[in-house]
Amino acid sequence: MSTPTLIEIQDLKVHYPRPGAGWFSKADPVRAVDGVSFVVPRGKTVGLVGESGSGKTTTGRAIVKLAPVTAGKIIWEGVDIGQMDNRTFLPWRKKVQMVFQDPYGSLNPRADILGILSEPLEIHFPKLNRSDREARCAELLKKVGLKPEQMRRHPHEFSGGQRQRIGIARALAVQPELIVCDEPVSALDVSVQASVVNLLQDLQDELGVAYLFIAHDLAVVEHISHHVLVMEKGVVVEQGTPDQILGSPQHPYTRTLLDAVPKF
Amino acid sequence: MAEQPLLRVRNLGVSFRSGGVESMASSGVTYDLSPGEILAVVGESGSGKSVSALALTRLLPPEPACMITGSVQLQGRELVGLSETELTKVRGKQIAYIFQEPGTSMNPVYTVGFQIAEAVKAHRPEISNVQSTVEESLDAVGIREPARAAASYPHELSGGMLQRAMIAMALACDPKVLVADEPTTALDVTIQKQIMELLARLRKERGMSILLITHNFGIVANMADNVFVMNQGRVVEQGSVKAVMGSPQHPYTRGLIGCIPRLGQRRRRLSTLEDALRESETQSG
Repeated sequence: MSTPTLIEIQDLKVHYPRPGAGWFSKADPVRAVDGVSFVVPRGKTVGLVGESGSGKTTTGRAIVKLAPVTAGKIIWEGVDIGQMDNRTFLPWRKKVQMVFQDPYGSLNPRADILGILSEPLEIHFPKLNRSDREARCAELLKKVGLKPEQMRRHPHEFSGGQRQRIGIARALAVQPELIVCDEPVSALDVSVQASVVNLLQDLQDELGVAYLFIAHDLAVVEHISHHVLVMEKGVVVEQGTPDQILGSPQHPYTRTLLDAVPKF
Repeated sequence: MAEQPLLRVRNLGVSFRSGGVESMASSGVTYDLSPGEILAVVGESGSGKSVSALALTRLLPPEPACMITGSVQLQGRELVGLSETELTKVRGKQIAYIFQEPGTSMNPVYTVGFQIAEAVKAHRPEISNVQSTVEESLDAVGIREPARAAASYPHELSGGMLQRAMIAMALACDPKVLVADEPTTALDVTIQKQIMELLARLRKERGMSILLITHNFGIVANMADNVFVMNQGRVVEQGSVKAVMGSPQHPYTRGLIGCIPRLGQRRRRLSTLEDALRESETQSG
């Protein structure tokens, strides 16, 4: 691929102790992610598909350090962030943000939109004063197709699709280079889904942000991705361009997934 | 149609009243469901598709908080206006429901078998060996070890297994109509396929009629005989799946079908519902 690499994942492993196992137990751990390697090019979208339990969400969470990395490297501009402690990681956290699946559970119900969008700014851009933050918030809302006048409202006053737009605005607030989108449209109606997918693509064209797009809907992943990974039981079973993966799948698991999609 | 419909719904309307304000959830819903037919209902959230299915047996708040108008006839018998006691005999026994979240439809503190047995005892008191009926119905939905599944608590089963168990519970009373409200939305595609195949098999073997609520046009195309599309509480289009999906007449239907990304048909941009509605306005205006 000619596009420069933004982030490289090498042999990433996330293991958890088996539930119920004692401290000194030698029981085999749960291998949620077991040796995953891939590259996210700058400004491109990498789609990650698989069923529940395949380890796709854990992979995404490990990259933003919301899941503990057992082994392997996450290389960002030559630096391995995988084993970094949270304090050292702070400047990197600004570069990689996350959009969550549940637009109802991922926004603080007691904060207004200004508060929700200001929090990352206060942490990562402490020099901004209140009116700067307000201006930035207005700009972000416009960018995601909402109105700046709405910044004093609370999450419950918005629909699911609008809330997901707020989640995207929050991720964009700190000008990240990569956004991990964990099933960003699967909780939305198909009609709303289309407009959020279009928004993500428009933002990529405008800002050059890269996405790790995690989803179980193969058609949405095919539509949005430049590169697709298929995960099963913690490992990547197949990867390639959307045409390769969905046009001529090589791995039996990929074929099973494709066959299961109702076509019309 | 020469055949008498099993379920004859005319002008069904549901409205909720709260604080003196009445809000219409659905109105003017009219359809026939024949024996062995799969009728799909599609629409966005808030379109009234679930509420009009729940209204069939009034699984809704009592009057005056919720008013149901129109007529629902099950084999010629009017259900609208029946007393709660009478409706209890219809619910589960003649019209059974399965819902989107199999996990939350079950009571977490009782075993799956106990909950299925409860339904059997309530609706089929003539059955003496309840346990074997429970296991038979679990077996009928393709659960390999029915006795073990019956002894399990809901949290011990996977989502796909639970949805099978929910279907088994619905089947245990041998209903004439099964209302499946987004039965696979919370499941993986491979499990979704299995559940859909199961429903298709049950319809074939038992001649059960299914009212299938979904937002997935792929499922509609593969499963249903007829379909109606709801928007803002009203039916905007209805007919055979072939006609509605082959040449949708209403701009809302066209928009809803058009905004779905399909495998192997990459486009630079997804069209949205707004695009379709705007287009139709410029054409007509």
